[in-house]
Amino acid sequence: MSCGSKSGTGCGSGGACGCASASALGDGVDDARRNFLRGAAATTVTTLVAGVTLYSFGAEPAAARGPDEKVTSKVRWGLLIDASKCGDGCTACVTACQTENGWRDTGHPETDAQWIRKLMVKNPENGASFSLPMMCQHCADPPCVDVCPTGASFKRADGIVLVDKHICIGCRYCMMACPYKARSFVHEPLEDQKPYAPRGKGTVESCTLCVHRVDAGRIPACVEACNDTGGGAMLFGDLNDPSSEISKRVATYRTTRIRADLGCEPGVYYRNI
Amino acid sequence: MAKIAYQKLDRRSPLFWGLFTLYAFILCAGLGAAYVMEHNGHIITGMTNQIVWGVPHVFAVFLIVAASGALNVASVSSVFNRPEYKPYARLSGLLAIALLVGGLAVLVLDLGRPDRLIVAMTTYNFKSIFAWNIFLYVGFIAIVATYLFAMMDRHVSRTNLLGTAIGSLAFVWRLILTTGTGSIFGWLVAREAYGAAIMAPLFIAASLLYGLAFTVLALTTMSQQAGQSLVTDEMAGKFRGLLAIFALAVLYFTAVQHLTNLYASEHHGVERFLLLEGGIFTTIFWVGQILVGSVLPLAILAAPRFGHSRAAITVASALFLLGGLAQMYVIIIGGQAYPLNLFPGMEVTSAFHDGQVARYTPSLPEILLGLSGLSIAMLVASIAVKLLPFLPRPAQ
Repeated sequence: MSCGSKSGTGCGSGGACGCASASALGDGVDDARRNFLRGAAATTVTTLVAGVTLYSFGAEPAAARGPDEKVTSKVRWGLLIDASKCGDGCTACVTACQTENGWRDTGHPETDAQWIRKLMVKNPENGASFSLPMMCQHCADPPCVDVCPTGASFKRADGIVLVDKHICIGCRYCMMACPYKARSFVHEPLEDQKPYAPRGKGTVESCTLCVHRVDAGRIPACVEACNDTGGGAMLFGDLNDPSSEISKRVATYRTTRIRADLGCEPGVYYRNI
Repeated sequence: MAKIAYQKLDRRSPLFWGLFTLYAFILCAGLGAAYVMEHNGHIITGMTNQIVWGVPHVFAVFLIVAASGALNVASVSSVFNRPEYKPYARLSGLLAIALLVGGLAVLVLDLGRPDRLIVAMTTYNFKSIFAWNIFLYVGFIAIVATYLFAMMDRHVSRTNLLGTAIGSLAFVWRLILTTGTGSIFGWLVAREAYGAAIMAPLFIAASLLYGLAFTVLALTTMSQQAGQSLVTDEMAGKFRGLLAIFALAVLYFTAVQHLTNLYASEHHGVERFLLLEGGIFTTIFWVGQILVGSVLPLAILAAPRFGHSRAAITVASALFLLGGLAQMYVIIIGGQAYPLNLFPGMEVTSAFHDGQVARYTPSLPEILLGLSGLSIAMLVASIAVKLLPFLPRPAQ
């Protein structure tokens, strides 16, 4: 399958791709064909290496979900964040989330939406510090979902915690219950919303794990930005799939979930904190 | 026992109409404030993404807690079969409904989407104590209304059967209701100031105190308006004793709550904040709740020189209510102001004020909305006593 995508320019006219059949490699192979095969092999290796590289740094693409396809609990989306790769001053993930989902900084952090934010954590005894991004932790047992009187706050089968903007009454009880201060109340009228990330004055919102991208087989904007312009600290993937990179790493390295003592089973894991 | 006579508030009273006008004015201002809040968003309030419940919730929870306590007198009369309380049972039930309506109105008008009340009434997540409370509150109004009917209907009230049965149901219901209200905070695991089972009995004790204090103040005011003393000396003495017991119960649960936290090192931070270094919250706790709202009125009630003085009981009741508002302010807003502990033992900073005490300054619309809840309660009670015989007619 590898040659198909990249070998188009090298295929002889009217012939199959060179790699398609060993029988084509007879004794009388000419130089042009040999060169083509070399090129195809190099292209394949390059593609694979790039894919593996991207894979190992967080781009574990999800399979796109069809419009009629139900969300399944066979999948448990999660994040692994390596704090040692998260630069202190880097806010690539925050900026990407703002751009992707249409929330912005108006200079009033108390009332602005904060879908994702950077934390600086310091040990007061020895000064050791690290930084990390903090967002909805997409808990398996989310307190925000438990307390929501109308069920507007809900968890999808694949572990993504969302707010149904149609039945959120804006009581803010979920914000009282969230251990991570990860939810925001829309305090002001909005404009220029993204069609795939609807928001509403008087309702509560939080990180959606870029559910619109995940459903389309893509990775969250923060993860993509962290890999592109940040420190490559974030890895997205299916925690239920033992062969996924995130599962392997979570199984291999010592990871931490913030306030794990509360028993909410967050879907966001951290390393080196 | 002699048959109890009841009366409407027929007398022309400038005090009645003066207060009525004041309540109506505050209500209009509160409704205007709610409209402005709904139109502009909560940006015009002092509430933020850290202090998500502000002064409207302080008033709303205070009134809801007081509502269940206002039923004290009726419960004592029918459930515990103390006939001397019977003349005040109707007013007690009326105040219970009025205060609850006032509190709920504020709660609804402070929602981000008050227009979605119908959603809240039709779409439920039964794991949420909030959803249960909707049933408990609405059920309470229905039960107490039936209770009032059983007490006031000429035919039904001839036998005490229905009154006692529905009174007992109302008594159990109100205990569950206040447990539910306390559990709004008691079941919040992440915030250090909350997440404790003692919140439920603390709220029940508080409801007994606030509710009785409201009843005493209402009786005093309506005595003025009726031009006759509606409270006998005997009952003034009983109210005095009950107020003191309830106030001591609130102090007891408050002390146990803080002492339990003080014993556990992990809670030292939040206790130091609330009791010592919390600025306005510490002041409101010690001066507002403890000194002015508990110790001073207890001293007034205990002072032999005041004896059964109605003025002393009235002043003490007013102080207990001020203390109650202070208590709710410290619990609701102080509890939110203390930062979430994401990394125990570490210092956390961010552009979103992580690790910092949240600041909160209530805005005028919030205060007006909160006060309007009180006004709604008083208007409901005022209109009802004008229309129906809720008040006892003193023996000539």
